[in-house]
Amino acid sequence: MVQTPQVTAEQEAVAIRRGLPWWRLLLRDPLALMAALWLALLCVCVMVGPELFGKEATTLNLRARNLPPGSTEQGWLMILGSDALGRSMLARLIVATRNTISIALTSVLLAMIIGGFLGLIAGYIGRGVGNLIMRLSDIVQSFPSLLLAVVVLYMLEPRVGNLVIVLAITRIPSYLRVTRAEVLEIRERVFVDASRALGGSRTHILVRHIAPVVAPTLLTILTVDFAIVMLAESGLSFLGIGIQPPEITWGLMVAQGRNYLSQAWWLAFFPGLAIMFATLSANILSNWLRIVTDPVQRWRLEAPKVGNA
Amino acid sequence: MTRYLARRSVHSAFALIGLIVAVFFLARLTGDPTNLFLPIDASLETRKEFAQKHGFDRPAIEQFWSFLEDVSRGDLGYSLRKQRPAMELVLEAYPTTLKLAGTTMVIAIALAVLIGALAAYRPGGLFDRISGVASLAGASAPDFWVAITGILIFSVMLGLLPTSGVGGLPYWIMPITVLVLRPFGLLVQVVRAAMLNALSSAYVKTARAKGVGERTVIFVHALRNACLSIVTVAGDLTVGLINGAVIVETVYGWPGVGKLMIDSVIQRDFPIVQAAIMVTATAIFLLNIAIDLIYVALDPRIRHQ
Repeated sequence: MVQTPQVTAEQEAVAIRRGLPWWRLLLRDPLALMAALWLALLCVCVMVGPELFGKEATTLNLRARNLPPGSTEQGWLMILGSDALGRSMLARLIVATRNTISIALTSVLLAMIIGGFLGLIAGYIGRGVGNLIMRLSDIVQSFPSLLLAVVVLYMLEPRVGNLVIVLAITRIPSYLRVTRAEVLEIRERVFVDASRALGGSRTHILVRHIAPVVAPTLLTILTVDFAIVMLAESGLSFLGIGIQPPEITWGLMVAQGRNYLSQAWWLAFFPGLAIMFATLSANILSNWLRIVTDPVQRWRLEAPKVGNA
Repeated sequence: MTRYLARRSVHSAFALIGLIVAVFFLARLTGDPTNLFLPIDASLETRKEFAQKHGFDRPAIEQFWSFLEDVSRGDLGYSLRKQRPAMELVLEAYPTTLKLAGTTMVIAIALAVLIGALAAYRPGGLFDRISGVASLAGASAPDFWVAITGILIFSVMLGLLPTSGVGGLPYWIMPITVLVLRPFGLLVQVVRAAMLNALSSAYVKTARAKGVGERTVIFVHALRNACLSIVTVAGDLTVGLINGAVIVETVYGWPGVGKLMIDSVIQRDFPIVQAAIMVTATAIFLLNIAIDLIYVALDPRIRHQ
């Protein structure tokens, strides 16, 4: 076999890096690393934020009313300014992280589990059941998600639980479709035939052979959907039919700050920025995940950085 | 081809009917519909009279048939707040939303095709990386926040554009820009992927080999084939645009169907909500058929099936 030495060297380098754990790959991509770190920081806020800053986020301080960002004379918590009641912006943002993130995450996980399960059934089992499932998902998908949520929340009370269910329902079709498409393709592969020939049962094939191949794709969609659902929840809360005060989410904070736009712009600006950073991080991370989990593209991250790409 | 179109139309019709049924039963699942239709402070007599007049004391299946009859006549009841037929109000608001959505989609598609195609021409290049981050940011930005920040900067601080309302060109700039962001961001990524795929194919190599100019290769040979996935995603995004329209119309005070719906939800004016859903669902039904027709026109493989 004739090969130029450069190519073999590159292949060797790839071969060495093939075994790299995922976190080493993450370290090699600065943008994805930043996104992951930001999301990790948000996770910390979700877990301990309300415990650490719950008091600061609710105590009124009339001497510190409407402080602009950058003022630290009333303590470093006022670094992002304060609202008309003198509550620290930063503390409120941190406390609101829990509601914002956990509503989005729960909805997306719920959608993934239900959508993935239905997709497996629609793809692998019957035509009749499969068709019924697909038509139902058509109905949900053919309708604008926000309108669907608005209508359902009109009839049910805008509680956290209802919000999660509505958001999950609007996201189920995307998982369903992807899972079904993948299952339809995978079930024709040789290893599935082999397992069937060896007497593997349906459940065995679905759980041991098909589900593991579909899972990485679903995880990639999960991160994209996390961003979408967060935007949807923020939009609903902004419109006043999502989370109700005294509970707070970033979307609700933007809505509340909107009334003070000309006097205290930071009240609406920073919560929106927080949403933007979180969704952007999720999108960047999902692009990275898509490359890592795709064997055809993975070399892009494993190969040493060479000038001629 | 006719069979393909017929099958697709049946699928879309199925969704439309499903939605009509869902609206009817959702309104009844949550308990007595009089609570939905009447304001919370309505007296007991009004409630009884209302229930009798609209037949809520009859069996559900009977109610469903008369509901279907009313829907087929386009009669969805009277608005509770405005004392006018709900359908009339919705149809009055629709042109505004359609104008907004149409302009947005034309701009978003044109920009996305141009930028996505250029990005795919040199994958990994500077332009590709910049447009990649920009399109991601566009797709991730919360539209209501962009709308408010736009008002803050261009209306409050600089005084260049009106804060809200309908009128000449200055009134259109901010709403359209906000609405374009998300479909543009998502479409750029789709166009880029589709173009990458098309540019690495054999027919592009053939075209280059026979000496066709690069511009023709990109915008004629490759784009023609990338069109299919672009049309599919653009169709979905147009449906999704209603989401954005709800928010943009609310923030900028446009009398479109999105604002009408949110106002009706907040004032608990159910007939309007119901009529708006019906009209939207029908519009989406027609849009889906239009997309299928475009698909058939674009792809000879479907035409000759």
